[in-house]
Amino acid sequence: MFVITARAVPWVAAVMPEVKMKSKVYLDNAATTQVDEGVLEVMKPFFSESYGNASSLHSLGGAAKKSLEKARKVIADSIGAKSEEIVFTSGGTEGNNLALKGVAFANKDEGNQIVTTKVEHKCVLESCKWLEKQGFNVTYLDVNEEGFVKLAELEKAINEKTILVSVIHGNNEVGTINDLMKIGEVCRKKGIYFHTDACQSFTKTELNVKKMNLDLVTLNGHKIHGPKGVGALYVGEGVKLDSWQHGGFQENGLRAGTENVPGIVGFAEAVKLAMGSKHIVKMRKLRDKLIKGVLEKIPDVKINGPTGEKRLCNNIHFSFRFIEGEAIGASLGDKGISSSTGSACSERDLKPSYVLKALGLSHENMNGSLRLSLSRFTTEKEIDHVLKVLPRIVKRLREISPCGKEEEEHVF
Amino acid sequence: MYSDEILERFKNPKFSGKIKDADAVGEEGNFKCGDIMKIYLKVKGDKIKDVKFETYGCVAAIASTDIMCELVKGKTLKEAYKMSNREIVDGLGDVPSVKVHCSILGTRALRKAIEDYRQKK
Repeated sequence: MFVITARAVPWVAAVMPEVKMKSKVYLDNAATTQVDEGVLEVMKPFFSESYGNASSLHSLGGAAKKSLEKARKVIADSIGAKSEEIVFTSGGTEGNNLALKGVAFANKDEGNQIVTTKVEHKCVLESCKWLEKQGFNVTYLDVNEEGFVKLAELEKAINEKTILVSVIHGNNEVGTINDLMKIGEVCRKKGIYFHTDACQSFTKTELNVKKMNLDLVTLNGHKIHGPKGVGALYVGEGVKLDSWQHGGFQENGLRAGTENVPGIVGFAEAVKLAMGSKHIVKMRKLRDKLIKGVLEKIPDVKINGPTGEKRLCNNIHFSFRFIEGEAIGASLGDKGISSSTGSACSERDLKPSYVLKALGLSHENMNGSLRLSLSRFTTEKEIDHVLKVLPRIVKRLREISPCGKEEEEHVF
Repeated sequence: MYSDEILERFKNPKFSGKIKDADAVGEEGNFKCGDIMKIYLKVKGDKIKDVKFETYGCVAAIASTDIMCELVKGKTLKEAYKMSNREIVDGLGDVPSVKVHCSILGTRALRKAIEDYRQKK
């Protein structure tokens, strides 16, 4: 059996010890997740034994093709689609690029306007910006203070030239789950294609293409304990879409290139393992325990985004006053807890998160932000550990900070 | 992203806090930018007898200001005023280039503190 180990590959081994030591409590699952061991097991034979090209006519090719189509059915079933409506991609970024650019160019005779939001993932926003350079008009909708799209504004933004509406399902930063059912109704009524980026929400809340009137849905593997470098785009029957990557006739001519069979099979297994409300219920319980604990133990902190079922079951997003998010994250990292922040200080361009800005957060609340994102592997013990460590970290940084002290002139 | 030296300074700063009966105070940055740096000085003769800082800042701001304080303690006000950002960055080893600006806050606040002292005198 072909097994990659740190020992077998020296240059990988060189970076392993630090990773092992520092990431004891991994709460950055919105960035990526650990691959489920079951997923890895399912993938292994496809590297070294059943390694055929799904386009080949011999038996190895046939076996690969068969596995590919079985995986396609798993993905299709998970969102209420048909197998032939699933196009495998290299992940969320490719899926979103293909959806936006593919729909725009295939439908340019019908119109040139696209409606999206200010809180999309960068790959949607950057694709839209590029499309603007190609002559398309893009409207970027505001969201409310919890991150939800305002339906009335969406309806107002749609005109006779609109060809596509693209709205993120679950927000990667603040966890807002948009009401796709209602947005889908608006799009269907107006006869406009409806796309959603469901990379964060997939398997973490209901997603049904028929119920929600979805025409295109972007999915990916590595946010759900599958491998990196694999995803899928749902393209509803009859949706006019231009291909974006040219070459062979793989994926019904919509995505050229030899299919990543091990990755795709792993992705499908990851979906199978992730589906089911028990995981959602567990994560939500731990999420709410951590939120409640922090709000009780630490003063001057607020939670960003919605609460309850309209928030992704694995997302927590705080703003701590008087201290800076990157410093909180580094302190947590020192205690073996991985997190993420929207603070300007953490970004290469030194700008705070545009998502937090769109929610109307003050500079202070953006810079003091901390995201903790859970997975189905997160344990109550880990949450208790965070609840023990985080208050001390906040207290120490506040002691160093000149802000928020009563005798000071800084009153914010 | 950060070197061990920076992280160690960040975790265990030697000069964080305030001097209650400081001879001079300098403040740089503003809350909207997300960075505030405050330097407290105790001066004896023309030398810096003690120095402390408070910051609403990131890892690099905390670590770089801490090393700046170490470097200026015992120096004359004139020497301290001329302290360059480069010296601090060198003292810390590798500062990520995007983070160099965070260390500028410290020297600016220090100069303001020295100016404050000279004005009071």
